[in-house]
Amino acid sequence: MRQFCLLALGLALTVVGKAAAQDTPVLIRGATILTAADAGKIENGAILFENGRISAVGLASDVQAPSNATVIDGTDKFVTPGIIDAHSHIAAESINEGSVSVSSMVSVMDVIDPTDIAIYREAAGGTTTSHVMHGSANPIGGQNAVIKHRWGEDAGGLLFQGAPPTIKFALGENPKRSRSAGTGQPQRYPASRMGVMDVIRQAFVEATEYRREWDAYEDRREGGDRGAIPPRRDLKLDPLVDILNGSLSVHAHSYRADEILQLMRVAEEFGFRIHTFQHVLEGYRVADEMAEHGAHASTFSDWWAYKVEAYEAIPHNAAIMTERGVVVSINSDSGEEGRHLNQEAAKTMKWGGLTEAQALALVTINPAIQLMIDDRVGSIEVGKDADVVLWENYPLSSYAKVRTTYVDGNVVFDVDQDREMRVRIAEEKAELRETLGEDEKEETGTRGGNR
Amino acid sequence: MSRTLGKIVAVGVITLLILSANEVFAQDGDTYVIRGATIHTVSSEPVKNGTIILRGGRIVAIGQNVDIPSGAQTIDGTGKHVYPGMIDAFSQLGLTEIGSVAATNDATEMGRFNPHLNAHTAIHPASEHIPVARANGITHTLAAPGGSGSGITGQATLVHLDGWTVEEMEIEKSAAMVMTWPSLATRGGRFGGFGGGGGRRSFDEVKRRFDEQVEEMDDWLVAAQHYKQALDAGSTRLGRDLQLENLTRVLDRGMKVIVRANGHREIESAIEFAGKWNLDIVIAGASGARKVIDLLAEKSVAVILGPVQRLPSNQDDPYDDPNTLPGLLADAGVEIAFATFGSSDSRTLPYEAANSVSWGLAKDDAFEAITLGPARILGVADRLGSLEVGKVGNVIVTDGDPLEITTNIEHVFVRGVPSDLDNKHNRLWEEYKNRPLKAKAVTTT
Repeated sequence: MRQFCLLALGLALTVVGKAAAQDTPVLIRGATILTAADAGKIENGAILFENGRISAVGLASDVQAPSNATVIDGTDKFVTPGIIDAHSHIAAESINEGSVSVSSMVSVMDVIDPTDIAIYREAAGGTTTSHVMHGSANPIGGQNAVIKHRWGEDAGGLLFQGAPPTIKFALGENPKRSRSAGTGQPQRYPASRMGVMDVIRQAFVEATEYRREWDAYEDRREGGDRGAIPPRRDLKLDPLVDILNGSLSVHAHSYRADEILQLMRVAEEFGFRIHTFQHVLEGYRVADEMAEHGAHASTFSDWWAYKVEAYEAIPHNAAIMTERGVVVSINSDSGEEGRHLNQEAAKTMKWGGLTEAQALALVTINPAIQLMIDDRVGSIEVGKDADVVLWENYPLSSYAKVRTTYVDGNVVFDVDQDREMRVRIAEEKAELRETLGEDEKEETGTRGGNR
Repeated sequence: MSRTLGKIVAVGVITLLILSANEVFAQDGDTYVIRGATIHTVSSEPVKNGTIILRGGRIVAIGQNVDIPSGAQTIDGTGKHVYPGMIDAFSQLGLTEIGSVAATNDATEMGRFNPHLNAHTAIHPASEHIPVARANGITHTLAAPGGSGSGITGQATLVHLDGWTVEEMEIEKSAAMVMTWPSLATRGGRFGGFGGGGGRRSFDEVKRRFDEQVEEMDDWLVAAQHYKQALDAGSTRLGRDLQLENLTRVLDRGMKVIVRANGHREIESAIEFAGKWNLDIVIAGASGARKVIDLLAEKSVAVILGPVQRLPSNQDDPYDDPNTLPGLLADAGVEIAFATFGSSDSRTLPYEAANSVSWGLAKDDAFEAITLGPARILGVADRLGSLEVGKVGNVIVTDGDPLEITTNIEHVFVRGVPSDLDNKHNRLWEEYKNRPLKAKAVTTT
C-alpha cells in the first residue's frame, strides 16, 4: 500500500533532470553575513562554497580559499541565505483544476513551465526556492511543486529533488465562489463555509474507508491468501491516504480565524495535522490554538481589505504568531511580490517589533522548515546547499538591492551579467524582427501587473 | 478650497492616543512646537537642532533660534526628524473599502464620459483606510475616480487625510480632470488564480479602435468648446448640460488634466492631443515612459508614477525597468511624483519611492516626489509639500528616514493640529497581542 502511494506521488518526478554542477569554488570575503542560523550575524565574514555546497563560513580571517577559487570582495556588502517563497504560482502552465471540489489527483509538478521569466526576475530579488502551489478553487486542491530558481534548466531540472510532497487545501471565499452563478458554469458545491468543511470531512471518510480496504487486502496477502483481490486504485484517494499516514503535508489556504480553527479540528478528527496554514491573515486570533495543533503559518506582510475575509488582516500578524510559538513565513503569492520578500520581511520589524534575525527567518529558515527542506536550505551553515544571495546593501531595507544570487553554487542572477545579457537580447530581438519582417509598432506586451 | 480650521479635534500630544476624554476645539491661537529636531524642509537645507512652530493651522516659524511662545504644547524633538507629510498623488482613498465588494466601491461609475462626476461627492471620511495611511505619515492624497475603459473619467479631489467631513478634508474639490487614454495593447493582462487571460487581437484592429476612441475624446472637447462659445456669447437658448459645463473647465488650461496612460505610444498620443487642445496635462501611470522621456521633458509634462514594485511591462524588459525609470525621468528634468493608485496600500508610498533609490534616483529626490513634487504637479506648492513659514502645518515627526521601512512615524500633524495615529490595525494588534494565553483544554462531561 505505502509503496504504491509513494509511487503515485513519484509519477510526476519521472522527468527529474540533473542540475548543473558548480565548476569553481567561490569565496565571498569581507561581507556581513546574516546566517539565519545559530551563528547569527557575522561582521567581516567569509563564506566559501564548492560543488554546490557551503564548505566554510566564519570570520574572514578564518576562512581560507582553495587556489582555484573565485574570490569576491564583499566589503560593505551583505550575504544572506537564498530567499524561500513558501507560496508562489510562478512557473506553472495552470494553477487551478476547479471543476471539482476535490482535485487531489492533479499535480502542479506535471505543468511546470521553465520558460516563465518570473523564475529569473525573482532570482534577481534573491529568491532561490519557491513552493509552486495549486490554486484555491477547491476545498481539497492539487499537489504542489517545490522548485529551485535554476533559470535555464528544463522542468525536471527546476524541481527541488528530495523535497517532501505537499498538497493544497483551501477554505473560505475562494472555494465558495468558484464556478458559482454568473460564470456561465454550473454551480459547484460548496457555497458556504459549512459546505467547505463538509467536502473535506466527506473526502476523509472516503479515504479512511479506502485505506481500510487496502489494509484488509494487505493483511490477507500477508496471511498467504493468494486469491485476495486488491481494491480498485483511486488516484483521488491515494494522496488523501498519504495525508492520513503523515507522508503528504497539507498547506491550507485560509483567512478567517474560525475556519482555521475548524480545519484543525477536522484534521484532528481524522488523526492528521494541518502542516501549514497559507495566508492565514487572522492567524493572530488563534495563534495559541495553531501552536497547540502544531500548524505553521505562511502569511502576507501587509495586504488587507481586498476582500471581506481580508478586512481584519493586520501587518502585525506575523509578529503575534511568532511570539506565540508558531513557525511563521512571509510569502508572495505573486510573481511581483516574490522579487522583494526581504522588504516584506522587514515590515514585521516595524509592525510588531520582530528582531532582525526573526524577520530574516520569515523568508529563509522558517519557510524551509515549513517545506521540510531545512536540512538542505534556509540558512548559511556548512554542508547546506550553496543557495546564497550577495546584496549591495542591507537586505532588510527599502533600499535593498541584490548583486548576485547563487543556486547550488551557480550564478542564477548577477547585475553585471544581466547588463551584458540585455545587449545580447536586444540584438537577438532585432534579428528576429528583421527575419519576421515585423515593425516595432507591432510590439505589445502584457500589462505590468499591479497586485 | 477650505482653509479654515473649522471644528478640528485637538488633543494634547501626550494623550495623543486617548481621544475621547479631552476633546477641545482648536482655536487659531493653539500652538504646537517641536524643538531640537532635524527639520527636513525639502525646499531648502535641513535645519539641525531646529524648532518648528505651528499655529492656527500653519507653520509660523522654523529655525535654530526661535522664541517659543508661552502656552504652546511642546514636543521634545531631540534625535527626531521633522518632514512635511507625504502626498499620495493618485489614490482611491475614501472611495473604496473592500476591493471585492461592489457595494463598498464608489470609485467607478457606469459610462465612459463622466466629466461632471467628482470624487468629492463619494469620499467617505470614516473609511478605515484613511487612519491606516495617515499613521504612516501620508497626510494628503488626490482621491481619483477610476474608469471602466477609456474616456473622461471624472474629477479628482485633493484632500487632507483628516477631518470629520469631506469639507474639512478638502484642499481642492476639483483638483484635476482624470482622463483614461485608450490602450494599444493587443493582449489582455495575464491573470493567475482562476485562469483566463485576454485573447490576442491584431494590431491593426486595436489601432483602429484606438483611433476611434481618441476621436471620441476629440468630439467631447469640440462639444465643450462650442458650449463655452455659446455661453460666452450669452446664448439664451442653451440648455444646461452638466457634462459639457464641467468639461469646459479644462479648456485654456483652466483645470489640470491627468491622463492615465502607460505605453509610450499612448503617452505620445495624449501629449499630441493636449497640445492640440491646449490642455494642462499630467501623465499618470507611465510605466512605458522610457521611450518618451525626451518628449516629456521637452513638453514639460509631469508624470505621476504608479508603484515601483510592479512587474516590467514586457517579457523582455529588464528586470529592474520599474526601478530605473524614475531616476531616468528625473535626470531628464521631468517632474515626477509617486502614487499608489490604491487605497489599502497607500501607507507603502514611501517604500515605493525608496525602491528607485538604489537604481539611480537620489534619496532626496525620491522624498521630494512624494511631497513637494506632487504639490507642484497639483498646483498647490504655495500651500503644501514642504516646511516653509506660511504653509499648511502638515508635518510628521519620525525616528529616522521616512523612506526606510523600519522607521517609525511618531507624530502626525494635519492642518497644524495633532492627528490621531490610532487605526484599525493598531487596535486589533493591541487587542490580540494581549489575549491571555490559552488555557489548556477543559474536558467537560
